[in-house]
Order: sequence, then C-alpha cells, then structure tokens
Amino acid sequence: MPDWSKEIASYLDSLNLDPPREAEIIDELNQHLNDRYNELLSEGASPEQARATVRAELSGGELAAALRPILRVTPHAYPPGQNEPSANFFAGLWKDLRHGARLLRLNPGFAAIAILSLTLGIGANSAIFQLLDSVRLRTLPVHDPQSLADVRIVHNPFGRSGSFRSNNPQLTNAIWEQLRDHQQAFSSIAAWYGERLNLAHGGEARYARGLIVSGSFFDVLQIHPQQGRLLSSTDDYPGCGSSAAVISYPFWQREFGGRPLASDTKISLEGHPFQIVGITPPSFFGVEVGRAFDVAIPLCAEPIVNGPSSMLQDHRMWFLDAVGRLKPGWTLDRASAQLSAISPGVFQAALPPNYSDTNRQHFLSFKLGALSASCGVSSLRREYETPLYLLMGISGLVLLIACFNLANLMLARASARRREMAVRLALGASRARLARQLLAESLLIATAGAVCGVVLAQLLSRFMVSFLSTGQTPIFVDLAPDWLFLAFTVSLAVITCILFGLAPALQAAHTAPNEAMKAGGRGQTASRERFGLRRSLVVCQVGISLVLLVGALLFVRTFRNLLSVDPGFQQDNILVTDIDLSPVNLPAAMRTEYKHDLLQHIRAVPGVAAAADVRNVPLTGSFWNEEVTVPRTNIQRKVTNFNQVTPGYFDTMHTRILSGRDFNDQDTAATTPKAIVTEAFSRRYLDGADPVGRTFDLVQESDEPVRTYEIIGMVQNSKYIDLRENFDPIIYGAEAQSTEPDTGQAVIIRSDGDITSLIPSIRAAIGQVDPSLVIQFQVFKTSIREGLIRERLMATLSGFFGLLAATLAMMGLYGVISYMVIRRRTELGIRIALGANRSQILGLIMREAATLLGIGLLVGLVPAILLGATARSLLFELRPTDALTLAIAIATLAAPAILASFIPAQRAAHADPMRALREE
Amino acid sequence: MPAKVFDRELKKGSAELLILSLLQHSPRHGYEINKLIETRSAGVLRFNVASFYPLLYRLEGRGLIEGRWVEKAGQRRRRYYRLTTSGKKMLKEQRSIWAEFVNAIHQITEAEHA
Repeated sequence: MPDWSKEIASYLDSLNLDPPREAEIIDELNQHLNDRYNELLSEGASPEQARATVRAELSGGELAAALRPILRVTPHAYPPGQNEPSANFFAGLWKDLRHGARLLRLNPGFAAIAILSLTLGIGANSAIFQLLDSVRLRTLPVHDPQSLADVRIVHNPFGRSGSFRSNNPQLTNAIWEQLRDHQQAFSSIAAWYGERLNLAHGGEARYARGLIVSGSFFDVLQIHPQQGRLLSSTDDYPGCGSSAAVISYPFWQREFGGRPLASDTKISLEGHPFQIVGITPPSFFGVEVGRAFDVAIPLCAEPIVNGPSSMLQDHRMWFLDAVGRLKPGWTLDRASAQLSAISPGVFQAALPPNYSDTNRQHFLSFKLGALSASCGVSSLRREYETPLYLLMGISGLVLLIACFNLANLMLARASARRREMAVRLALGASRARLARQLLAESLLIATAGAVCGVVLAQLLSRFMVSFLSTGQTPIFVDLAPDWLFLAFTVSLAVITCILFGLAPALQAAHTAPNEAMKAGGRGQTASRERFGLRRSLVVCQVGISLVLLVGALLFVRTFRNLLSVDPGFQQDNILVTDIDLSPVNLPAAMRTEYKHDLLQHIRAVPGVAAAADVRNVPLTGSFWNEEVTVPRTNIQRKVTNFNQVTPGYFDTMHTRILSGRDFNDQDTAATTPKAIVTEAFSRRYLDGADPVGRTFDLVQESDEPVRTYEIIGMVQNSKYIDLRENFDPIIYGAEAQSTEPDTGQAVIIRSDGDITSLIPSIRAAIGQVDPSLVIQFQVFKTSIREGLIRERLMATLSGFFGLLAATLAMMGLYGVISYMVIRRRTELGIRIALGANRSQILGLIMREAATLLGIGLLVGLVPAILLGATARSLLFELRPTDALTLAIAIATLAAPAILASFIPAQRAAHADPMRALREE
Repeated sequence: MPAKVFDRELKKGSAELLILSLLQHSPRHGYEINKLIETRSAGVLRFNVASFYPLLYRLEGRGLIEGRWVEKAGQRRRRYYRLTTSGKKMLKEQRSIWAEFVNAIHQITEAEHA
C-alpha cells in the first residue's frame, strides 16, 4: 500500500498549520487516498494506473488554496514541544492573568498584604499629586487660558511701601488706572481683588466671599452668564454707588436654592442693597486658585462697601491685581517689554503725594511686567508648593519601600515555586514565558493596588483640603480627577509593577532546572546570590525608613516647638471680638469715646475678667510698622513694629510690665504721645538700658511733622506677626492718642472660665449700645492654631508616612530573618546536635539581623540629613542634624526591628535538632 | 425568504446540504460520505479529495458537524463526522429553502413546457 503522507505534507507545508492539526489532516487524507487506491485496484486498474489517478485527484495546489481560508494558520513554524515564538509574546496573556488571579485567590493573606501596601502607597502619592495638580498645574476653566497674563511689578529691589490688603496686593488703584489707559499689549485688561462682604444687617456678621472687579473683568476672561448678564464696563463708572452684583453658581444654589431670580432680586452687602443681574456658570470660580467667590461687584462700588476707609483714592494702598488677555500675536515677553517701556510714565503719574524722598525714588524705579496667568493666581500655591512637593517625595519613598517589601515577598514565593518552575522548564516552557507569568501576577497586584489607590486618593485629597480649610479662610479646589491624574496613577502602577515584579520574574527565568529539582538538598549554595538580593532590599528599606522617620520627627518636633513656644502672652480663655462701627456713621472725633463706652459695656458683662482694645491682634497676620529714630543713639529710621492698645491690655493678655507703668485714662490726645516698649527694644536700641523716661521720634511722610514719643513702660517680649519670628522690638501706642481712629475695633476679652459661654451675653451687651453694630467672634487660641495648619499638615502626614515606613521595614526584616532561619534549619540542627547551646544560636541569628539593621541605618543616615536640610525653611528651633531627632528615629526603627527578628531567632534556638535533621 | 439568501445558498450550499443530509442518521467518515454522494447521484455528483475535505473542514469550523477519531477492533482508526445540534437546525432550514427553490424552478419550467 503506498504511503501518501509525505506528498500531502509537502502540499500543506506552506500553510504553517499548528503541528497536531497538520498530523491529523495528513492521517485522514492518507486513509482516504488509500481507500480510493484500493477501489481503483478492485475495479481492475493496475497499481501504476491507480497510483497515477489518485495522485492526479490529490492535485495538491488546489488543496492548499482551499484549506488556507478555513484553517487557522500560524505565522511561523516551530518545533513541537516548544512554546509559541517570541513574536507572539502577548498571545495567551489572558490565560496567564487568569492563572495569576487563581494563585492570588489561593493565597489570600499574601494578596491582601500586597494590595493593601500598594493601595496605601499609590493612594498617598495620587492624593498629593491630585492636590498639586489642582493648585499648580491645572489651567483656569475659561476660554483660551494660555493668552491670559498677570500684570505686576517685576522689578522692585527695595520693596514697596504703604499698606497692603487682599491676597494678591500687586497694584494701587492709581497704578491700575494708568496701566489701563496706557497699555497696548492686551486686547482687554481688568483689575480685581477679593474681600469678604457681610451679608447680615447688624448683629453677628455673616460673610460672603466677594470679588470686586473692574467692568472689563468678565470680558477679559470671556465668561458667559448662566442666567441674566455679567458685569460690563457700563456698570463700572465713578460714583456708581450700590448698583449691580453678579453671584456665583454655587452661591445661587446655596442662598437661593437654585430658584430663578426675579429681575429685582437684591442682596445686602455691608448693609447696602445690590441688585443681582446675573449668575456665572458652574465651572467658574474666579481667577484665584484655592478661593472661590460668592458675589462679584464693580470696583466703583468699593467706596460704598468700605465707607470712609475706601482704598480707591489712597495712593499708598496696594490691593489690586490685574489680568489681561494678550492681543493676537503678542507674547508675554513682548507684552513685558511694552509694560516696561510705559512704566516710568505710569509710576510718575501714580506717585503718592506725601512719600518721603527715599520712597519716591524707589517707587519711580519700579517696572511692570506680564507673567502667565493660564493657571490663575494663588496665595495657596505660594504657601503650599514646597510642602506638597516634599510630601510627594515622602510618599514616593513610602511607595518605594512598599515595592521592596513586595519584591521580597515575591522572591520568597518564587523560591518556594522553584520546583514548579524547573518542571515547567524541563517540559519545554520558555524562560520568557515563565517570566511573563510571574509578571502577569505582579500586574494583577499592581492594578488592584492602583484601583483601590485611586479611591483612597479621592478620600485622602478631600481630607487634606478639609484639613487646610478653616472657618476664616475656606479653601476651594477642583478635585475632579482629570487625565493628568489618571495618567500619573497608571504610570505609578506600571512602575511599581516593574519595581517589585521584575526581580522575581528574572529570577524565575534563570532557574537552573537540575539545581532546582534537587531543592531541599543539603547544599543550597545556589541560592546564596538570591538571598543576597533579598538582604539588600531589606537594607534599602531600613535606610529609606530612617530618612522618612527623621523627616517625620523633624516636622512633629517643629509643630510641638511652635505649640509650646512662649509668645509672651496668654493664649487660653481669650476671645477676640471684632466690632465694625461703620453702620453708626460716627465722625472721626467721636470714635475714641464711643469705643471706650463699648469697652466699658463689655467689661461689665459678668464672667469677663478683663478686656481691652488692640489695633492689631497678635498672630493673626495683620501688623503695622513705622520708621523710628532714637535720639542719642545710632538708631536712625529703623523700621519697627508698632501697635496700639487701651489701658489694661497687658493685664488682659498676662504680659508682664517689667518697669514703668501701663497707659491710663490721663493719656489722651491732648497730652504728649506716650509709648510702652518691649524688652527687645531696650536690648537692641538702648544697649539694655531702662527705656522708661527716654524718647524716640516717629518719622512721618514728608508733609507731616515728626512725632516724639515718651516711653513710660517696658513689657516682656512677645510675638507679633507669627510664632516663628524672633522677638523683635515692638512699640505700643495709646489708642486714646491715635491721630486717626478708624471704624473698626478689636476687643480682647479674658475670662477665668469657658470663654465661649460668654458670647451671648457679650453680643447682648454690644447690641444694647447699638443693634446695627456688626460683630464677629473668634477664639484666640483657635485662630493661632489655624495659623499653624501648614505645620500640622506636615507633622500629621509625615508622621503617618514615617510610621508606615517603619512598619513595612520591620515586616521586611522579619520576613528575611524568618526565611533565613528556615533555610538554615539543617545547619542549625547540626550545630545544636554538636553541642551549640541555645544562646549561641540566638546570638548567631540576632547578629545577622543586627548587621542588616546596622548597614541600613548607616545607608540612610546621609540622605536623612540631606532631607532635613531641604526642609530647613519649614523647621522651627531645630537643626536638620539635630542629634536627638536622629537618636529617636534610630531607636524607633531599631527597637521593633530587633524584636521582630527575635521571634524567628527564638524559634530557631528552641527547634528540636532531631526533627530538623529528620525532615531532610 | 430574501433573494440574497437564495443566491448564497445556491452557490455554496448544495454540496454542504448533501453532506449534512448524509450525516443526519449516522456518523460517517470522509471516504464513506464522498462515496455515498457519488453512488446515490449515480455518478452525476463527484468530489475529488482536494475539494471535498476543505468543505468538510469548513462545516466543522462553523460548528455544524463534529469530527472524532474512532478506533474499532481490527481496523485502523478513522475520523467519523456527526451532526451537531446547530448542524441539525441548519439542515432543516436548508432543506426547506431547497424545496422552495426546486418547487419554484419546477413551476416555471413545467408551465413553459405545458
């Protein structure tokens, strides 16, 4: 019987069928042809004739052509027993993923630890990135944000002189008007500033976040109204009074329940009715990232809301920021050049009339420039950029430790699966295929970690924003995840997958089958190299943990130092009551007496131990300074902090009077100006001499006479602007001697009991004087704490990350020591059998642990000190190389780590040697 | 029945219909099916090996028939084909389409003849 197999095979060759299928077809067709051959013979054909007929019927070319579209064709032939070649590396990936998922399900403990540590790592990183993204990277949600520019003074080597208000005080109104009239770079330009506006009529104030804008503001940003119309140039004209207001979408929802507004709907701002003309779209929050606005009113209405302290005519009041839209074809550089060219004219025209010579010179040397405003402006950004980048670095290191920990766990698992790998290699699996399967498992873990991390990041970033928001300064940032955030998280997942999955995968790929098949053999020298890798991972973990712990301790101790620093006055049981007198419309001459009367009413409230007025409440950010000349010394025009108080202030604040006396009711506008100074004044300006009886001159602007003060007392040093400052000299003047009493009054009230319980009776006492007075209460200690939010954020988060890192490192060390004990079970058994006692075995293992720990600590020391140096500006009364901090960090890391190694060491020391030997 | 289906079935389906019909009652191997087509059509219909097996594999690929190697005592192993459930359904459909078609042709040709 002829065999047709070769002939058939030659026709099928070009199809590259997969080998088993090809064999089946050859077999089947071969039978068919043989049946046909036999049939022809039985019909009387000769063998030669039969063979020729069958061969003709086979007509192979036709067969291959007909089969090609029907059967699956592989691109390349490969010998049986081997896997598909590398060109098809991704084929069967799904199978690998399913296999990986099954393995993880069989090992829920490992899966949980792996996914949890990645979730924490990725979640923390993503949350901080999300915050960075929203305050630093995201562009404003307006049309073509790239062509927006922020106009400000870019050249001022001497600093600006005058008063500053708002979060971005870049320009005075006079400069703005000149800029608006002379610039050529922008198709439209607008000025704005933010100020809170009281919605209540008298009594306790209820504030809305106001945006006071020039008429062109919405035109520059090209915002279209959600309802009604927005402010335009026709709304902004001198003397416009309380005219039109535009409200934001969230404010509309909050205050008006989203109901359609009637054409005559009004809103009361600072006691004046404004007509609401329109609503901005939901996406628009203003141009300041971190602070959303509620109500926008035209700049011309500023005199209405600020009354006699209007800023428009004050040439020394810096409060405005300008934003412009570049003309087509103009760049920021070209705009800056044009602004620089018009600067001399602008500043000449806007020069404050009563500036001293020096100030005039400085003012005239200023240059305007244009900076990109595509991402808006933000004081939040200035304040939190460094801490956020630092936190990002810290959380990145935590993620790195988590990856090392996972790599270690995976290596341990890979060691346990060496036999399986060896069997598969021996059966013909390619090394790449094995590596891929382990990588698929890592990919699953990384993906699960990333998905959970994204969810955690949403919670964490919102928690951080609520952490940073205070009653006084609520923070608004858009935290909706965008593509940048998602791309970041996906890259993190890929990087982590490579970091922890690659080493075990490569190791699996390099398994030597014959060595691995002998697993459990006595030698085990082949795994020394692999074990070295695991030890290096632990050393790195310990090192990085030390860096993180040192950082955490520096921030925690900074925060503690700030909390425990003595500011020179009492913080507890003090209530700050701000009273706005403007609704009463008092002439300036009567204000001092009115305030005195109010103070007496407050002092009479039962439970009030002491009360006094102060111009600037310490540590709330507002301050005031003057140039001072002290006769008979070399102190000439020295800028010195200034404040104004009423008699009883030092008693109320528990600030000790060291010599001389407090102000009294005889110190009035009619007598010589009196002053009380701090100890630092005496030390810095008078070489430590008693200042009582000495005088100093207050340097005034050119058109005012010099004012000479007599020093009547010296008090202990205190902090003024913030807790971090050194004790600088402070001069206190008597409020009764003020030349220009204003319409605001800050009353400091001390009680011996719970201060907040006094609020209703104080409110009633003030209401008795005049119910239209606007009042705001603030617990002093709370407002000081709110000033330390940045420090608290750093301390809380870095502390959390530091402890997390230490825990992960401890787990890593425990894992490695446990593994080592199991690996050396035979050796230890022999040692015990040969007479080694338990403590020798214990010492042997603990030495190993101590070595790993020691090297890790040494490795981490230098980066830890470098990290401290980077964060120097955020520290308070601490050096980056603070020995105590280092010692605490090392102890915090070493003690639990030693303890963690002690457990497996103890187990090894108490192992039954016979059992260990028998198991082999 | 849309005209498109008629067209497609006519071009490709007749041979497939023959194979499906022959497998309706018992599983058969390739040579046997081929031989039955030839004898039952009294030699009118004949397929050589190069055109027959691609047909068979196509039906198998579409899930209409299923091949299985069977070893019987004293014989070489052979691949037997049988109808699958969807093959049975398809056979039923094709039969009625075919009957309709033949009927239509018949009515036209007979009418002209008469």
